Amino acid sequence: MTELALTAMRLGFLILLWILILSIVGALRRDLLVGKRAGAATAPPPARAADTGEQASQQPPKQHPTSLELVEGPQSGTSIELAASPILLGRAQEATLVLVDDYASARHARLFPQGSRWFIEDLGSTNGTYLGESQLTRAQPVDLGQQIRIGKTVMELRA
Amino acid sequence: MNELRTAPVSRRNTELWLLILAMVVAVGAGYLAGLSNPEGLSPEFAKQGAVLCALALGMHIVLRIWAKYADPIILPCVVALNGIGVAMIHRLDITTGDTAATRQLLWTGVAMAAAMAVIWAIRDHRMLRRATYIFLMISGVLMVLPLIPGLGVEINGARIWVRLAGMSFQPGELAKITLSIFFAGYLSSNRDLILLAGRKIGPLQLPRVRDMAPMILAWGLSIGILILQRDLGSAILFFGLFMAMIYVATARISWIVIGLGLVAVGGLLAAQFMGHVERRINAWIHAFDPEVINAQYGSHQIVQGMFGLANGGLFGTGFGNGRPDLVPYANSDMIVTALGEELGLIGVIAVVLLYVLLVSRGIRAALGTRDAFGKLLASGLSFTIGLQCFVVIGGVTRLIPLTGLTTPFVAAGGSSLLANWIIIALLLLVSNNARKPVPSADLANEVVLKKEANA
Repeated sequence: MTELALTAMRLGFLILLWILILSIVGALRRDLLVGKRAGAATAPPPARAADTGEQASQQPPKQHPTSLELVEGPQSGTSIELAASPILLGRAQEATLVLVDDYASARHARLFPQGSRWFIEDLGSTNGTYLGESQLTRAQPVDLGQQIRIGKTVMELRA
Repeated sequence: MNELRTAPVSRRNTELWLLILAMVVAVGAGYLAGLSNPEGLSPEFAKQGAVLCALALGMHIVLRIWAKYADPIILPCVVALNGIGVAMIHRLDITTGDTAATRQLLWTGVAMAAAMAVIWAIRDHRMLRRATYIFLMISGVLMVLPLIPGLGVEINGARIWVRLAGMSFQPGELAKITLSIFFAGYLSSNRDLILLAGRKIGPLQLPRVRDMAPMILAWGLSIGILILQRDLGSAILFFGLFMAMIYVATARISWIVIGLGLVAVGGLLAAQFMGHVERRINAWIHAFDPEVINAQYGSHQIVQGMFGLANGGLFGTGFGNGRPDLVPYANSDMIVTALGEELGLIGVIAVVLLYVLLVSRGIRAALGTRDAFGKLLASGLSFTIGLQCFVVIGGVTRLIPLTGLTTPFVAAGGSSLLANWIIIALLLLVSNNARKPVPSADLANEVVLKKEANA
């Protein structure tokens, strides 16, 4: 094989290598777009927006909770500042907010930020955690002023 | 949950298309390497190409059946890297008269079969969590194996090999997987305690002393490896893995500060009292000193590698036109310099980018998956690949002292190939879990809850 053909093939291989990389990046870009569309879809989809419309319009636009306040129960009036880290609620001394409530478990629930919202998750407590009227079965977003009940303690997020 | 409403798309067709490109790259590299044979195109070429393509397609089919929603980019990246590796090793064989490429091909087969078996057997990575402490025990056994007299053997001063029936194997390579699984399981269960307890000093929230125990343990383990097995690379890898995972789990800078402090203490002690570490550092700082070059365990290898890189320049000499065989261990530790010499900077950057894409897809899988265990596992495993590349490529380019880690998928070495392919299988499984549609029971449940909330 001639020297020229070899050189051409050598360079051709480098080009091929970069074609592979650019194709991968191209496929990646599509993947990122999929992610974006998914992000847009987290706002209530149109069909459901109809029945939640009333509530949605009442919600103040983008107010971030800054504190968790205990509104009912033995420790009523206490409040703790919310930082960017999750909060452990329970009777255990390790908990961020130590509950003085006979109906609370040692490690009762976890309140954690994700994106711009706070979520509450029950950690397998004996008596359960309630958000509004319903008992939690998995992590759920908490809105400002929505009541979280653990045993006899009721708390809510304040801006 | 945001992920619930993403329309899940199986992207196996994208994968197939990229895979075909990757196979063309692998076969092209093999062809060019085969041409460097002085007696005309080497007969090995056809065999290598056929085996690699068959294995890659086999893996693709396995994914179509058992992990339909897995990430489409991971497999093509790895197939391209593996193919380039086999081609380079074969090209070095032609000069040195070795048969390392055949062994590498065999191990590729074993490793990919193992990866397919992992995908078939595990399906859902969450089942690994149930065996958290069993994986700790397995890691312990794997790491102690080379120290057992009669079983473990010492090669080039490091006692990290096990020889059984004429086959040598590095159990430490598998230990990085089992340790990742253990760390992921342990941290996903104990994260809250580690995260929430402790006092705050300035901007740093310090952990309690008893929560520090695992970190001290990991540090002790790495130092133990350094002293007993004299393997700097594995020590760095294990400690780095632990530090990365605890940081991912807690998002606390204090862990990184404490970890780096421990590394500094350990590093200073090692450089003072351990001859092999001291020699490595000396060979790194005074690499071009003639005395250091000619010394035993000196910088001869690094310097030859750098000459090779310089000889390669921007476009490289092309397969078969350079002299990468002058570098000791050109087909394993130093394969990056061999690639740099014959493919040039342009080629090496492409290879590095393949790693970057691979690691980024692993992290993407970690972001997408819904369980803490999967997140930790995927980020830990991707981090090991990334850290290994950094340590090796940084070492041969004299950014950091050279340590004996392998370049994933490219360097000759069966244990490393096997371990890295299993890592890929696990990453594919996590990404499948991240992207697959949520079972309809969960969705129905959510609608009910929504209605209750609205009522």
